[in-house]
Amino acid sequence: MSVDIHTVKRVAHLARIALDDDDADRMAGELNTILGFVQQLDEVDVAGVEPMTSVAPMKLKMRQDAVTDGGKAMDIVANAPATDENFFLVPKVVE
Amino acid sequence: MTDLTALTIAEASNALKKRAFSARELTDAYLAAIEGANGDLNAYVAVTPDKARAMAEASDLRLARNEGRALEGIPLGIKDLFATEGVHTQACSHILHGFLPRYESTVTSNLWRDGAVMLGKLNMDEFAMGSSNETSWYGPVKNPWRAHGSNLDLVPGGSSGGSAAAVAARLCAGATATDTGGSIRQPAAFTGTVGIKPTYGRCSRWGIVAFASSLDQAGPIARDVRDAAILLKSMASSDEKDTTSADLAVPDYEAALGKSVKGMKIGIPREYRVEGMPDEIEALWQKGIAWLRDAGAEIDEISLPHTKYALPAYYIVAPAEASSNLARYDGVRYGLRVPGRDIIDMYEKTRAAGFGREVKRRVMIGTYVLSAGYYDAYYLKAQKVRTLIKRDFERVFADGVSAILTPATPSAAFGIADQDMAADPVKMYLNDIFTVTVNMAGLPGIAVPAGLDGRGLPLGLQLIGRPFEEETLFQTAHVIEQAAGRFSPERWW
Repeated sequence: MSVDIHTVKRVAHLARIALDDDDADRMAGELNTILGFVQQLDEVDVAGVEPMTSVAPMKLKMRQDAVTDGGKAMDIVANAPATDENFFLVPKVVE
Repeated sequence: MTDLTALTIAEASNALKKRAFSARELTDAYLAAIEGANGDLNAYVAVTPDKARAMAEASDLRLARNEGRALEGIPLGIKDLFATEGVHTQACSHILHGFLPRYESTVTSNLWRDGAVMLGKLNMDEFAMGSSNETSWYGPVKNPWRAHGSNLDLVPGGSSGGSAAAVAARLCAGATATDTGGSIRQPAAFTGTVGIKPTYGRCSRWGIVAFASSLDQAGPIARDVRDAAILLKSMASSDEKDTTSADLAVPDYEAALGKSVKGMKIGIPREYRVEGMPDEIEALWQKGIAWLRDAGAEIDEISLPHTKYALPAYYIVAPAEASSNLARYDGVRYGLRVPGRDIIDMYEKTRAAGFGREVKRRVMIGTYVLSAGYYDAYYLKAQKVRTLIKRDFERVFADGVSAILTPATPSAAFGIADQDMAADPVKMYLNDIFTVTVNMAGLPGIAVPAGLDGRGLPLGLQLIGRPFEEETLFQTAHVIEQAAGRFSPERWW
């Protein structure tokens, strides 16, 4: 499988990364090199093999359904580029 | 007085307890060393002298009352991937411009709880994506090692390049690091230092900037095996804030040092003899085998048949997880924002300006392999291959093998701005060929210096262990260290 510029631009949009034509062209070459490298996996017979879902043989832990944290609105917005009274400010999304 | 920065953590701790010098003096010695070297080496991206001195003075008060804790007064460097409250934390990315966390990572909290002193934040590849520390927004780190008779600047490896360089150049007594595909062990091998990636789940990932969550693990880089054992004991814990952290007591790793390896089965995997590997690496491996055999270990040739598929599977799994983890950098909640004509345009411009080339490449690969129509062909397949890689290890461990000995890297440190690697991203990825299997299987692995090559550059060996048997790795690595000796660069900076 190899990717063309059209695919690169579609993926870039999915990944929310602006790419100009030069970037997209170079990225297509690099992605094809990497995809060519991972193609080796086609040699492996994975029939009947379960995909790994947890690297350690352990049960995912449960915790009490209780409030353990909170009241930190100021801390949460402290690093935001634009805020107003503990809200994040973004460009208008609804007319 | 001798140069205080020459002391290991174990030596400095003893001297502090005997009041041979104060914690403040030790910290000042390191701050002076950083001041004198960082302009050349670029190992630190932020130095915190005021905080360091305040912590050292608090340690001196404790020491005066004979209440010193495990790392009382020991000055450490912290990889920029760990959230440190109120202190520069950017994963060496521009997209986290100006980010000052309002919380502290569990691993660094554990270190401060034990009395350690923070010197500052260490350089790294952007979001830990790289094997040379060249993808950092803050520029490359120079390896304190140079080849004989050469003034060519070499990379310290990556992604924990700042950690490894700072430890080797004595700009900290020890450092935190993280390892997703080899980012502790490869830089340790390139700088003549000891680095251990513990079992997945041994150190809490809470407060560590996420790259690939099923692979990321924190661990120390240190001057010697003992210091690595001391640091890991503090860093490791069971943590409610990380549901993948293991509910197991942390053993006294240092107690494993000096125990005999007599009768221990050491596996030598034939698949790690790769094409084009320099003779010196093969010779070093043979030397390691001989040292362990001389110490009474039983050497067994073993097979890990899916080894060669670990790196290609990694370059599906890690970018896929990264593309998801890095979705949070959108110009809304923290860091950089580049204005746009609407919110989507703002996201796209912010991420275009904030991420470097390697990070964009990996986010793009990850987005592609997870996109509709490709998920089964790439991601699901890679996760199945991962199961096979893990089974390879389980089979040899079931046969009684306690540890596996391999080279740590396929070469010694290479030059900064290496043209071959710049032209082909896969060439750079091949640096992790011996280390990445360990992350894919969630196992512990340690890199220990074992010698110098013909040009005088350090080379390392790797030991891979059973899950949560880090003690065996410390015990065995210590035998190698005793035989090989320790290695320090000659100062040129």
